[in-house]
Amino acid sequence: MRTALMLLFLLALAAVPGSLLPQRPLSQTAVAQYFADHPQLAPFLDRLGLFDVFAAPWFAAVYLLLFISLVGCLVPRTWGHMRAVRAEPPKAPSRLSRLPRHAEIATELGNEQALDVAEEELRVARYRVLRREGSLSAEKGLLKESGNIVFHLALLSLLISLAIGKLWGYEGSVLVQEGQGFCNTFQQYDTYSAGPLIDGADLSPLCVDLEDFQARYEPDLTPASFTGDITYSRTLDGPDEQATIGINSPLRVDGTRLYLTGRGFAPIFSVTLADGSELTDLSAPFLPTDSSTMISEGVLKLPDLGSAQDQLALEGVFLPTAADAGGGLLTSVDPRPLDPAVAIVVYAGTVGLDSGIPQNVFTLDRDRIERGQLERVGSANLRPGDSLDLPDGTSVTFTGFKEFAALQVHRDPGQLAVLVSALLMLAGLLTTLLVRRRRIFLRPGDRVLEIGGLAQGGSSDSTEFERIVQRIRIALADRNGTDRKDP
Amino acid sequence: MSDAASLATLADTLFTVTILTYSLATIAFAAALAFSSRPKATASEHRSERQSVGQSGGASTLPTGPSNQIEVLDPPPTPSPFSSRAARVAIWITLVGASLHGAVLLLRGLAADRVPLGNMFELATAVAFVGVGGFLFLAIRTPRLREIGLFVTLPVTIGMVLIGLFLYAESGPLVAALRSRWLVVHVTTVSIGFGAFLTSGILSALFLIRSRFEKAGEAAVGVAGRIGQRLPSSPTLDRAAHRMVIFGFPIFTFAVIAGAVWAESAWGRFWGWDPKETWAFIAWIVYAAYLHARATAGWKGSAAAWINVAGLAVMLFNLLYVNLVTSGLHSYAGIN
Repeated sequence: MRTALMLLFLLALAAVPGSLLPQRPLSQTAVAQYFADHPQLAPFLDRLGLFDVFAAPWFAAVYLLLFISLVGCLVPRTWGHMRAVRAEPPKAPSRLSRLPRHAEIATELGNEQALDVAEEELRVARYRVLRREGSLSAEKGLLKESGNIVFHLALLSLLISLAIGKLWGYEGSVLVQEGQGFCNTFQQYDTYSAGPLIDGADLSPLCVDLEDFQARYEPDLTPASFTGDITYSRTLDGPDEQATIGINSPLRVDGTRLYLTGRGFAPIFSVTLADGSELTDLSAPFLPTDSSTMISEGVLKLPDLGSAQDQLALEGVFLPTAADAGGGLLTSVDPRPLDPAVAIVVYAGTVGLDSGIPQNVFTLDRDRIERGQLERVGSANLRPGDSLDLPDGTSVTFTGFKEFAALQVHRDPGQLAVLVSALLMLAGLLTTLLVRRRRIFLRPGDRVLEIGGLAQGGSSDSTEFERIVQRIRIALADRNGTDRKDP
Repeated sequence: MSDAASLATLADTLFTVTILTYSLATIAFAAALAFSSRPKATASEHRSERQSVGQSGGASTLPTGPSNQIEVLDPPPTPSPFSSRAARVAIWITLVGASLHGAVLLLRGLAADRVPLGNMFELATAVAFVGVGGFLFLAIRTPRLREIGLFVTLPVTIGMVLIGLFLYAESGPLVAALRSRWLVVHVTTVSIGFGAFLTSGILSALFLIRSRFEKAGEAAVGVAGRIGQRLPSSPTLDRAAHRMVIFGFPIFTFAVIAGAVWAESAWGRFWGWDPKETWAFIAWIVYAAYLHARATAGWKGSAAAWINVAGLAVMLFNLLYVNLVTSGLHSYAGIN
């Protein structure tokens, strides 16, 4: 148990950096920020795995050691307990007065008769009773150890179920605008992570279209609900089904779950080129930077405007309810799109999407601007319908906006087993904490019945012992009475 | 003024009255403690208080041998009549305070038409309520514990002043993410578990003071010595602390499980090492360690008590630091 204690402390200690340092699985951006803020320290911490503590080898080492120590402790204890369940209650000690609880009851009954009476009372009180020559041993509460073992076995089962979930589970997230959709394949996700034992072919063939997204607010602008009306099919050519998903109410289809985890606005632009050709319905999701005003930032990259044409990139801020912040700057005063506007800066040049280097879709590559590959050609605050004319005759029009939802698909095959294990742990815990283990020994003496009691654990609770003594006392008195009346 | 607003205002007023009532109880408890004329117990007396019962008569099937030690109850205390009267009055004042305290939560709930556990102000108020309730339960069952009421009502009074100053949030509707049936289940059980741990941690801290005094005996000096002299015996404190953890630990375990079930439907995964989850995990491990330590030879007594105090520190850190300083999914403090 001392080893287990040490390992428990080590596990608690090992988890601490996971909450104090930014973690990659939670926020890549926070980790990048930490690297920028601490250029000396960060690479060192990174080598120690401190930016992904719960996947670090040393964290795994601690819980594997705990796991092994648990197995090593449980096996002998389970055997011991099984023996104890079958074994007889132990012999009464020679001097009952040495036990922590002790009482004597005067009785006129003979030795065997007195023990008969006591035995009956103890059996009614659900003790296991054994009569030996001239004494009686009784015990109760073996369930305490059973609960203890169930708790620890369930803990093992919980750890195994967690591992199953990690090995065969996956999650993917994608931003979907109203009227668009996606299918459950890794290629279609913006980001995904998958267990090492799952490959793309194992993904369930779920396809989802987001028909409509609604955000509702209380009068004081507390968000009341976010819901998305979706159409989905379980198989590639299966029938369409309808559902509404929202915060706290995911869609569950055959073990695959679909969540609505976020939302935002995607401003729509149209571009009219100098030669009169027009591109319409160009939009990109802008990410909210403040959930109370829904001020959102993003970039629309337009690499395909024709071979003779420079590529364009629109960098901007979307303001659902625009208000003048002075100095030509706009801000938003309401999360609802009551009076939308955008503030954009337009760059021309090469966006670099074909350079082979992966790009963040929400920001522009600053290096390209510094190197002059992208040149700032105009900026404006636009309301719906407003246009910005660029020097080369191109015109950019802000035509409106759509809402988008951040959707996440999850599958965790170990999940149900984890829940069952956790509930078994709780059941075992309650049993082991609430059941008291007791022993009672009786030996008749010269016109007295001597009783000694022992409770496991430093419990001072004497009421159970007093109750048993009282029951036996009354039963003995009854028998005394009947014997006298009926010789 | 609308009905909801007037209920919320009434709740705010009662919050202040609750603090005043607890302050009165604190004064009464302080008087009870100051005037208790408990004879200085010597170390040898205390050793005789604990009777050790070894492995008797083929007790080989009793597991974890060391826990066969049985501690016998305190000798009957001999407090002065004034002291015991003051303690009784203090308990009654605390009962009144706890009723007002409960009314604050009730009114906050009625005002917003929801469970009054929607922000940190309400959560911390509920934790303090359960802590006081747990102490009252123990004190009514074990009269010796009444004398230590000061060490419960004083931190609670100070805590509630700080809650009112720094965590206060207007009564209002819940944000969308909290609109789930699991809110009641998860946050209620967290508050109950936390409240039990709060009382338990205080009892273990007092146990440490007392057992140091018992070891020093007549040689005990300083404030800690003078406090130790007036405290209930160390086995009484240890048992009460243990009992509160036994009460709180399964409830806290259930709260974590309920939180995981809720997280599965709200955030897409039942466990994701969000800072709050990580610290709940750490707290759970520490309390598991406390229960193990109390059944391990060489760890019971002071070492176990230190673990329990560390557990309370982890719980407080999880409530304050994680909600106010780090950013995670549990950021519902309602404070800017």
